Amino acid sequence: MSNIHVTTTVNGDEVEFLCDPRETLLDALRDKLNLTGAKEGCGTGDCGACSVTMDGRLVCSCLVLGAEAEGKQIGTVEGIADGETLHPLQQKFIEYAALQCGICTPGILVATKALLEKNPDPTETEVRYWLAGNLCRCTGYDKIIRAVMDTAADLRRAS
Amino acid sequence: MALDGPKTSGFTAVGTTPNRPDGLDKVTGRAKFGADAQAPGMLHAAIVRSPHAHARIVSIDTSKAEALKGVKTVVTRADFTTGLKGENWNILENVMAGDTALYDGHAVAAVAAISPLIARDAIKLVEVEYQVLPHVTNVDAAMAQDAPIIREGAANKSVPAGLHPNVVRYHESGHGDVDKGFAAADLVIEDHFTTEATHQGYIEPHACLAQLGGDGKGELWCCTQGHWNVQKICAALVGIETSQLRVTASEIGGGFGGKTVVFIEPVALALSRKANRPVKLVMNRSEVFRASGPTSSTSMDVKIGMKNDGTITAASGTFRLQGGAFPGAPMEFTAMCAFAPYALENVRQVGYDVMTNRPKQAAYRAPGSPMAAFAVESVIDELCKELGLDPIQTRLKNASHEGTKASFGPKFDKIGLVETLEAAKAHPHFTAPLGENQGRGVSCGFWFNHSGETSVTLALSEDGSAQIVVGTPDIGGSRASMALMAAEELGIPYENIRCTIADTASLGYNEVSHGSRVTYASGLATIAAARDAVKRLCGRAAAKWGIDEEAVVWEDGCAKPSGPNAGDFDPLPLAEITRTMGATGGPINGHFEATPEGAGVSFATHIVDAEVDPETGKTSIVRYTVVQDAGKAIHPAYVEGQFQGGAAQGIGWALNEEYIYGEDGRLQNDLFLDYRIPVASDLPMIDTVIVEVPNPGHPYGVRGVGETSICPPLAAIANAVSAAAGVRLHDLPMSPPRIRAALDAQKDG
Repeated sequence: MSNIHVTTTVNGDEVEFLCDPRETLLDALRDKLNLTGAKEGCGTGDCGACSVTMDGRLVCSCLVLGAEAEGKQIGTVEGIADGETLHPLQQKFIEYAALQCGICTPGILVATKALLEKNPDPTETEVRYWLAGNLCRCTGYDKIIRAVMDTAADLRRAS
Repeated sequence: MALDGPKTSGFTAVGTTPNRPDGLDKVTGRAKFGADAQAPGMLHAAIVRSPHAHARIVSIDTSKAEALKGVKTVVTRADFTTGLKGENWNILENVMAGDTALYDGHAVAAVAAISPLIARDAIKLVEVEYQVLPHVTNVDAAMAQDAPIIREGAANKSVPAGLHPNVVRYHESGHGDVDKGFAAADLVIEDHFTTEATHQGYIEPHACLAQLGGDGKGELWCCTQGHWNVQKICAALVGIETSQLRVTASEIGGGFGGKTVVFIEPVALALSRKANRPVKLVMNRSEVFRASGPTSSTSMDVKIGMKNDGTITAASGTFRLQGGAFPGAPMEFTAMCAFAPYALENVRQVGYDVMTNRPKQAAYRAPGSPMAAFAVESVIDELCKELGLDPIQTRLKNASHEGTKASFGPKFDKIGLVETLEAAKAHPHFTAPLGENQGRGVSCGFWFNHSGETSVTLALSEDGSAQIVVGTPDIGGSRASMALMAAEELGIPYENIRCTIADTASLGYNEVSHGSRVTYASGLATIAAARDAVKRLCGRAAAKWGIDEEAVVWEDGCAKPSGPNAGDFDPLPLAEITRTMGATGGPINGHFEATPEGAGVSFATHIVDAEVDPETGKTSIVRYTVVQDAGKAIHPAYVEGQFQGGAAQGIGWALNEEYIYGEDGRLQNDLFLDYRIPVASDLPMIDTVIVEVPNPGHPYGVRGVGETSICPPLAAIANAVSAAAGVRLHDLPMSPPRIRAALDAQKDG
């Protein structure tokens, strides 16, 4: 089976890769581009550990084909920090102990960043429902929700 | 190590909540988990699994798979060691089936190919001829006389005569005369309870990267709770010397007990040896559910007698656990934990370990204890209701305390159950008003905690910083706790310490990160290693000053003369001593290797408010409070995290999670869509109260905190549901259809 040549932009960098037509965007990111921040927890779009943005929209990269990335803007956890400067969400997740094992953290950060860009003043319920597609088995979500709410408040104060 | 009693005051580092050392890696996507490793020339593997619950493997034809372009090798059971005995045989049989597939998902062959897609294509070409055998997946059915036999001769000597061969182990313990105790009671309630198997549900599937050469030397990278255990078992299964296999633990994406054993690692090693290439093997989610360890399902009978004033006169329980197709269901823990919170004169508990055609159970957070608490604490709740007693006051009246002869035998040392109950009683949650269709439940829970073989090395650097090398994988922030304890002892800042999880070639043996043992045992070892280094530091100061070593003390990160008689010298800071250590006697390190004794047991009391929708039977958890004895919280934020995580898993177990098997013995819900763990919108904030009753067996009083938090939730929620809906649920999960059925039955009855 012949592979497909894909040109896409990941975290602002133009990249190219060859992928099997069946390969997912998650596989392409991890295996072709060595961006292993997005994780495969289920492969069926149920856990959100592979969350990335595609043209600004939050998607499960395990449900997107690699070939679909052609000409798109992809955002992954590796692109959230600005060089050495962490995004406020990243900083707050560390401070709030909002992660234990950390496997769900990349997906949750990508998802919450997308939320706050859309809705800078979410209620707790809105945060909980927005994150309902991101499974965390360690924390019971308490510290995650608090970290997100507090980051949102900080960002509102700063803007 | 000798202890003069735990340090209880004057902490400077311990009890603070600094950022974890692996935080940056984990929020930037840099942390390397099991599936994130690669090696030059690496192949990708996939496993052929049985679609049958029980079937004889008549033949395996691998020729078509081997002929597929890109496939490099195929292994079957013939590629593993023969002649293993005991648990190693069980593990090999589970890792790769012998002549019989014992459950849906049991591995029967594996393929290595140049890409994951080719490997997945190739497994479809492996032709396995099965002769399907009768199967059984339910614990009570597996004990019945006509049940199909999973394996003849699997039972050990503990099993009384006349039981079905599927009953493979038996436990009995207790004291006093329960018949006399029940006769003395004003009210006796006996009930039957069941719980379904649940999965640990870690988000990271099992993953490894293996390299094994013809020279018998191997390298293995894997996500595991204990890499020395992986080293020992894998070496045995592929027939090499233990020390020739170096195992490195990746960052671990959750374990909860399910990563204390091996599933895919020996397979990857066997493939690598045969293909002469590194092999990466990663489970998909369906494989995790079908073939890695869920917990046991149970069938339980509990009987408790109580006086009108709330005194428990006697308690007895029978606990039947299925552990899949192998011995090992933790029924003795279920039995021993069941009545541990209570000081009982008359108590008796019996356990049965039963084999079924399900995956080999693995430990899940306080293995066996949550189910026992569900049954026992439900009966106590019913007794309190019938007798008009307060649930916390009644538990306080019967609570175990220091000196109580535990239901499982020994006398309790200093414990904190009463303190958790008092804190729960005083918490505003306990007396807060309830809304419509809401009910409040309370439960206690108990877990033993474990210590285990432990090695730690601490090395000081010339610039006065320190590195701690531990061997217990960090499953929830333990590197921060180790660094805090070392900072406390050395008197240098937390930030100047780096804690690393060593590979098996870089440190002595360490038992698995299980049994809530890490902060206790590796923590104790870290403190001991630091004290060992401090002794050497004091020795260098003594030599410099020309005084006796005993005349030097260590305070605030400096060597100081112990008093005016020792001499008049300026304090010598750690960095001053290490700066010249090469010339004053060489490197300064500290070590500890031993099996510490004194992992203090732990108790918790949970309060939960549930709201049951009478129309749909759906239960919402509206408020939750965890009160637990931590002994001493080293990093309180991570202690809270353990409390909250255990409660959340318990909520899932109580309300929604279950293994569903069809008539054909196949698992029907092997995806997160159908096996639904709690999501953010299912849960409220989870309030925590850290009680600190120091454990006499740890220098700072630490008790393990990881597991106890999952013991009370099943019962606390059942009691809340009972209060909210007016029906007692005896079977978990309390899913909407079950609650609806109970409400309907009540209406009809």
